Amino acid sequence: MFKKLKPIIKKEFRQIVRDRRILAVLLFVPAFLLMMFGYALNFDVKHISLAVYDEDRTPESRNLIEQFIHSEYFDWNYYLNDKKAVDKLLDNEKAKLVIIIPNNFSKKLKRGEGAEVQIIIDGANANTASIISGYVNSIIQNYALKIISEIFQHSKVLRLNIPLEPRARIWYNPELKSAKFLVPGLIAFILMITTVISTSLSIVREKERGTIEQIIVSPIHPIQLIIGKTLPYMLFALVSAYLILTVGYLLFDIEVKGSQFLLFMVTLIYLLAGLGMGIFISTISDSQQVAFQISALITILPTFILSGFVFPIKNMPMFIQVVTYIIPARYFLVAIRGIILKGSGLGAFWKEVVFLLIFNILIFGLSWLRMRKIKI
Amino acid sequence: MTKIYHLIRKEFLQLKRDKKMLPIIFVAPIFQLIILGYAVNMDIKNIQLAVYDLDKSSKSRELIRGFTNSGYFTLIDYINHYQELDHYLDYGKASLVVVIPNDFAKKINGRETAQVQIIIDGSDSSFAMASLQYATLILNRYSQNIVLELIRVMRYQGLRIPQIIPQVRVWYNPELLSKNFMIPGVLALLLMVITALLTSLGLVREREIGTMEQLIVTPIKSYVLLTGKLAPFVLIGMIDVILVITVANLWFKVQIKGSVILLLLLCIIFLLTTLGLGLFVSTISKTQQQAMMVTMFFIMLPMIYLSGFVFPIENMPKIMQAISYLLPLRYFVVIVRGIFLKGVGIKELWDETLLLFLLGIFIFSLSVMRFRKKLG
Repeated sequence: MFKKLKPIIKKEFRQIVRDRRILAVLLFVPAFLLMMFGYALNFDVKHISLAVYDEDRTPESRNLIEQFIHSEYFDWNYYLNDKKAVDKLLDNEKAKLVIIIPNNFSKKLKRGEGAEVQIIIDGANANTASIISGYVNSIIQNYALKIISEIFQHSKVLRLNIPLEPRARIWYNPELKSAKFLVPGLIAFILMITTVISTSLSIVREKERGTIEQIIVSPIHPIQLIIGKTLPYMLFALVSAYLILTVGYLLFDIEVKGSQFLLFMVTLIYLLAGLGMGIFISTISDSQQVAFQISALITILPTFILSGFVFPIKNMPMFIQVVTYIIPARYFLVAIRGIILKGSGLGAFWKEVVFLLIFNILIFGLSWLRMRKIKI
Repeated sequence: MTKIYHLIRKEFLQLKRDKKMLPIIFVAPIFQLIILGYAVNMDIKNIQLAVYDLDKSSKSRELIRGFTNSGYFTLIDYINHYQELDHYLDYGKASLVVVIPNDFAKKINGRETAQVQIIIDGSDSSFAMASLQYATLILNRYSQNIVLELIRVMRYQGLRIPQIIPQVRVWYNPELLSKNFMIPGVLALLLMVITALLTSLGLVREREIGTMEQLIVTPIKSYVLLTGKLAPFVLIGMIDVILVITVANLWFKVQIKGSVILLLLLCIIFLLTTLGLGLFVSTISKTQQQAMMVTMFFIMLPMIYLSGFVFPIENMPKIMQAISYLLPLRYFVVIVRGIFLKGVGIKELWDETLLLFLLGIFIFSLSVMRFRKKLG
């Protein structure tokens, strides 16, 4: 068995090394993509462009505005003199948040009535908008509490402190950098695309050129063929995975908190899933074009959208959640985020590993069946 | 003209004959839109909450009720030991833990400041940020209620207590649904992927098969040849746009607020850039495989990540922002979202339209020049 394997592996190796493009896709494109996009992926809601229309122009209203400027989230870009400008700023996306302080603000505040402040938020991006609305509400609440407690201090009738002081501690990612969350996802995404595409294309190319028939007529078992074809890609994909992790560490401070061995094993299983998909695609397509289209269709968007990379799976409707179970990246992501960010052990994600293994068995089994049927 | 007609006919015949291409052109976009429309959801609900209540008083239970009644949190469990806290966060069973100290009720009743600890799983930074906002909001509300109660007493004694009432209004997307933001983006993305990829593949295939040379030796002028080659893709692109708009409207209830005709006209300008890019790729690639790789890694992926489709451009480092100015999709996403969500017209979109147009002319004429040189 192994005697026959060796020449196939050798041949495949030579082919990969000779085809500079496939080699580049396998080895360097992943690291390059991470470098490029790692910087771009960022959900931090900061530098919110703020416009203020202060009709009141009193020390009280200026004080309120100052609360916003002193928070780190807002960039005070516009001071409006005209209410009509509000529409324009929001329509052109020049401002995301407009604060309008009506001219009776300080009067009402002094009288002890409820002083209204109008807040307009650009809601186009729902996610950003709800975070902005949260910031605004807590800034205003805090300010109101501060005024009240000052009055209490002067009145000397009653003693009052702010009743609750929230103390937030953030684990695993204390600075709340979105890169820490997104870079592991990007790693899963890039590895999946490059392995599936390079494997499927290389096998289909042999079909297109007819060289695969020569292999088929030789006394080689389909399983040997699959193993022989997979192993070299596996090796290159692993090297690529470690290149990408190194880039993640050097550029984005993504340190592996957990066990290196676990990380290696999980990555290996994940890469196998990608290779299995690549082999399966090559059994159902006759031309490189079709193979590429199918690979792109089942890797790019599903791994981006349905894996929990960016969009939380638990928010999706039930039938889409069911679909996510056949996306290998879904499992890999839980595992590598656990290992890299939290330093958690196998206990935290053994279910994901089992699912990935089942996926691998299924995809390789299917490929084997197809290969026997079509006699390639 | 008749020559162009015949060329277009030939192109359509070819497409019709390729059985696997037709579904990719017309079914895949709808399929992707439906999956994406459902899955692309970053709304934050059901934050998994664990409570470590050391006080176990009626006051602390009141605070916990504040969380459970808010609609944002789902109480998963009560924690009894500090060690368990690690377990809940490490295994991802809870994403937020509230720790209520044992002197909570005593301090509240004595009008001192009680400290409440919030521990958050920060690995998903944007989710963590939003959870933190909601938690702070609930704690502040609790404070406010206590203060308001006191105020009632003070008012009774004739003291005037000010209050600020924020009136938050969200424009364009008042229910803060992320589908309203994402679906227009998906339209832009699909249009780009389909037209750029098909154009480059269609042209390279003719070269690979050798039929391009037959076309060149016929007495057809190169611009006729180009028009004949590109016109079908314009038509396909427009049909896809109309399909996607219809599905968005009927299925997802995302209505276009602005003018459909304006959107279609601007789509044509956008097609100028995508067809131009496709044409350009075809001039630099020898094989379909090369064309696919180039389209994928140098056109599709940068456009997905750097166009502002999902990741806000203003968060990127300056270099990435500079690169994003070269991406036609960047402008087109703003245009599509503007027309869909804000109902703005050409006046507000003038800058984007002009830049898109200039970019289109530049890319297109550059590609045509390269293409003609190649032919000659």
